[in-house]
Amino acid sequence: MSTVMLAGSTVDVDPEGFLEHPEQWSEPIAEEIARTNGIQSLTERHWQVVNFMRTTYLESGSAPSIRSLGKTSGVPIKELYELFPKGPAKLAAKIGGIPKPRGCI
Amino acid sequence: MSDVIEKVSIIISKGSLEGIYPGLIMANGARMEGIEANVFFTFFGLDAINKAKHEHVKVATVGNPGLHLATWAGGVPGMSALVTHQLAREMEKLDIPPIPEFVEMIADSGAGLYACKASVDLFKLSPEDFIPQAQEIITVGEFYGKAAGGQIIFT
Repeated sequence: MSTVMLAGSTVDVDPEGFLEHPEQWSEPIAEEIARTNGIQSLTERHWQVVNFMRTTYLESGSAPSIRSLGKTSGVPIKELYELFPKGPAKLAAKIGGIPKPRGCI
Repeated sequence: MSDVIEKVSIIISKGSLEGIYPGLIMANGARMEGIEANVFFTFFGLDAINKAKHEHVKVATVGNPGLHLATWAGGVPGMSALVTHQLAREMEKLDIPPIPEFVEMIADSGAGLYACKASVDLFKLSPEDFIPQAQEIITVGEFYGKAAGGQIIFT
């Protein structure tokens, strides 16, 4: 675990840059993580996915699979990959300040 | 070659459930990591994209020692359907989609899906036999062209 400065706050991250403590997250932190991962600005559709990931994780303790993300987030799979070309579930989790999803699907 | 895998081309050559899923999981998993992916369906692996067959892919219960089932029992009528049904139920619990939905998901993720020309000719199939996302029929040479610069995985 290491400590980094994101959007003016100190946060704990894992070696891949995922927040260790979801409660340290804020929207400006999300914007900054997005920028360093190739997404210049988060649109409403990005936020829809990020918020869905975050809410699901906080409510159930695990991040949704790409399948349920496509079915229940309101953003279909094709668009998910357009919004997050480097991997929707992984990147939306990172931006949403939750741990990296561990599923294979 | 770089330390990071940036592109994979996966060949699915078998038509049983346990022959098709690993390649699909590898392809979907690649796209989830942002890795470019192609899937090349050859021989009985074509069943995964065949509109008439992709809903009816079954576990091989004969000649499959991994099931730890007596050989005679594997051949009992309906055994293959029963084992497939049980496995499908367990997979659903893990959020692993049925083959038709999984292939569609992979296509939507931006992976390229291709049918092998030699197999299509052998089985006297045509593009209309396949799902709309996988109607491009290519030769082995064209496959190597598409796979250029990445890793090839044969399943």
